[in-house]
Amino acid sequence: MILSVEDLTVRFATDGGTVRAVEGVSFDLAAGEILAIVGESGSGKSVTAQTMLGLTRAPNTTITGSVRFDDKDLVQLSDRDLRAVRGERIAMIFQDPMTSLNPVYRVGAQIAEMIRAHRDVTKREAMDQAVELLKQVGIPNPERRVRDYPHEFSGGMRQRVMIAMALSLDPDVLIADEPTTALDVTVQAQILRLLERLNAERGLAVVLITHDLGVVAEVADRVAVMYAGQIVEDATLDALFYDPKHPYTWGLLGSLARLDQPQPGRLAQILGQPPSLTNPPPGCRFAPRCPHVFSKCDSPPPLVDGNRCWLEPEQKRVLREVDGRIGLRKAVSP
Amino acid sequence: MARFVARRLIGMIAVLFAISVIVFLIFNVIPNSDPAARIAGKNANPALIARVTQDLGLDQPYPVQYLTMMRRIFTGELTSYASSQNVAEQIWKGLPATLSLCIGAAVLWMALAVVFGYLSAVHAGKFTDRALTILALVGISVPVFWLAAILLYYLSFKAQLFPTSSYVPLTKDPVDWLYHLILPWITLAVLFVGFYSRVLRSNMLDVMNEDYVRTARAKGLTERQIRIKHVLRNSMIPVITLFGLDFGAVVGGGAILTETVFNLNGVGLYAGQAIGSLDLPPLMGVTMFGAFFIVLFNTIVDVLYAFLDPRIRLGEAAPA
Repeated sequence: MILSVEDLTVRFATDGGTVRAVEGVSFDLAAGEILAIVGESGSGKSVTAQTMLGLTRAPNTTITGSVRFDDKDLVQLSDRDLRAVRGERIAMIFQDPMTSLNPVYRVGAQIAEMIRAHRDVTKREAMDQAVELLKQVGIPNPERRVRDYPHEFSGGMRQRVMIAMALSLDPDVLIADEPTTALDVTVQAQILRLLERLNAERGLAVVLITHDLGVVAEVADRVAVMYAGQIVEDATLDALFYDPKHPYTWGLLGSLARLDQPQPGRLAQILGQPPSLTNPPPGCRFAPRCPHVFSKCDSPPPLVDGNRCWLEPEQKRVLREVDGRIGLRKAVSP
Repeated sequence: MARFVARRLIGMIAVLFAISVIVFLIFNVIPNSDPAARIAGKNANPALIARVTQDLGLDQPYPVQYLTMMRRIFTGELTSYASSQNVAEQIWKGLPATLSLCIGAAVLWMALAVVFGYLSAVHAGKFTDRALTILALVGISVPVFWLAAILLYYLSFKAQLFPTSSYVPLTKDPVDWLYHLILPWITLAVLFVGFYSRVLRSNMLDVMNEDYVRTARAKGLTERQIRIKHVLRNSMIPVITLFGLDFGAVVGGGAILTETVFNLNGVGLYAGQAIGSLDLPPLMGVTMFGAFFIVLFNTIVDVLYAFLDPRIRLGEAAPA
């Protein structure tokens, strides 16, 4: 395991109470693996990703648990030691490439800045590397483009710049926080191809944060599904799509528009809203929306075999047959 | 760029024209502003007043009077009604004092505003920030004439630390020049330090939440690098705009109070005297001079803007 997250909990103190954004999240990342963390908005997936690099550190934030990397615990690491990890060993790219680059600096300078923050090289050398990196991520005319400003790039090209920057120090892990969400579908596919290629060629391990199961299906080796700050299911890609174990996952899969199956009259949906993270349900966090809720669900289920649900495997097989086709809509409609 | 400058020049002429017309009209509706009656003296008979009126051309229709005055401004022939001094010469004479005062104060206010604004933003909510906030509000609230008087009374008169000022030309004695200008600089800068540091603080707090600052952090930069290269740099753009406007305004006569209290023979003092004696030609001259500077610095700032923020291109629409 190159990276191992153990019982990570992140809480933000706000005027409206303590937000339990991430609650006891654990997962492992193997070298060269692409792990997708899926979940809807507010499920804690981005907070998890950013906490791994200490980007959520703030006076009002409480972080417990550990992020093991290289015999170090990134949660406990001092800011100074963490800086040496950021970019150098674990790089990160973000959702909106429009706003993630500083508009007033040329892209080459922004890449060179990262290189020079970690390596003792001249500006000239760093710029040459920037050109080389832009070429590697498929930006045409890199010698000229390196002197352009971010606003002179399209969204997809900007994300490529971000990726080039992330690669500049040859990190072991790339955390990609919704890297394709802000992009057109065709551009999305290009960026995913690029990530796959870098994963294959460099053995780059990737943590891919996304809310898009289509993206997951394209590239992930393994998937962790998050709901209301917890991982509810952690499985290989095939297991998740062909043998999903959690009712929330059934709902997600049921709500996909699929071309390879009979078209229902309307798409299935999971009724209700995710719970408030200031005051989550005491038992299973999905219970208020789950059609299969029963007495046991009043106490919080543990994550067992990558699955956080009280239902017995046999019960699940039966129930899923129904849910998988119609989603959770019928089961809980009033 | 050429088109931009051309457009700006045309705009400048329009602004100057509008300002001159407004000043001219306002002057002519002020009660007791008839220069002839003032010049003719207290016990003047109507015939004398009529003759002065004729001499000054005040019996002409307003448009003709206006045109005559504007022609004189641009040929440099404009003279004061009250003292018959040439207006352009007087402004020219006042320029060294005014520029010394304004440039020095501007350096001071920008430097202090950046330091205070930066510290305030970095320590937002903590003691340093609160203390600087109070200081800034005091600076903004203190009237210039009061501050000047207090400084003069305590530091010059009582403690004898500074000279009771008047202007010493830089070319005559640089050290004395500096010595005489320190209090006026402080007086003029205080308001702007307070105001600008507040603006910079709030800009910085906004920019700190920008995605690219998070990117910078993820790159492994130090907090200091992030604050200076990413947060401060981007936060300065609106401050520079303000600076252009204010500096133009201060040079163009905005330092009337400071110059008057410290008896600096600058353009502001000249303007103050002209207002006191309701003397239209100097007022017109100073107003045009001031308006010219304001428009000029506005233009400079717009050009500078394109360098500070590459998304802005002069004279063309920004790419979508």
